[in-house]
Amino acid sequence: MDPIVNLILFICLGVALLGLSVMAVTAKSLLRSATYLLLVLICTAGLYLFLNYHFLAAVQISVYAGGVLVLFIFAIFLTSNKGDLLKKHNAKKYIMGALAALGGVAVAAFALVKHKFVYGDNTTIEGDQEINMKVIGEALIGTEKYQYILPFEVLSLLLLACIIGGILIARKR
Amino acid sequence: MEYYLVISILMFFIGIYGFITRKNMIAILISLELVLNAVEINFAVFNRYLYPEQMEGMFFTLFGIAITAAETAVALAIIINAYRCIGNIDIDNLNKMKE
Repeated sequence: MDPIVNLILFICLGVALLGLSVMAVTAKSLLRSATYLLLVLICTAGLYLFLNYHFLAAVQISVYAGGVLVLFIFAIFLTSNKGDLLKKHNAKKYIMGALAALGGVAVAAFALVKHKFVYGDNTTIEGDQEINMKVIGEALIGTEKYQYILPFEVLSLLLLACIIGGILIARKR
Repeated sequence: MEYYLVISILMFFIGIYGFITRKNMIAILISLELVLNAVEINFAVFNRYLYPEQMEGMFFTLFGIAITAAETAVALAIIINAYRCIGNIDIDNLNKMKE
């Protein structure tokens, strides 16, 4: 793609991402907050597409935007009455939160500016070099070095434990 | 690459701000999702720009997404249970659970 078009698209995506994040943490009603979170997650998938991680973008949309958001909306409907707005803390808490966030941004931005990244000869950023699906699959369930069968299986156990735990916690007594 | 990192830094600390200033437990969880998303963007960006011939960062992101989904499921189960016990899900009511 044309670099200028790419840059403009990237800037639009970044601005949308940050604006929607702010709206997600300041929205008055919980359902709106969840909707902004959905848009943030879709924008994140767009960033993954910019990085040429197509598989990651697909996972992001299907797991996050598809699964987690449905869970959120379920929980919101189960735990809130119609039309009630979020209660607010007192102003001191807001000032504390803003100070913590700004201080953190300052420290992290200082570290980012100070540090020089060594790029090497990287040809995969420009152009669209997508990782082959077969490579991903073989790395995900292979037993060689740099292959990930063990974390994969541990993760499946974790998911099983979470399903059982979730049922156990949320069931009616 | 720095632009991606700037976006993820800002997103991370917007999440922190929401985490501190929100009162509702689901809203806090939404802020937490923002934080985790920022971290996962970082994994992918470092992988793509610094070690493009490997796939470690990508798999970290994949596993991170899966763990986040599991964590959200358990947290929402706890929140629904708390709602059933005390009738709303604001954090200042939660110390009733100690009794």
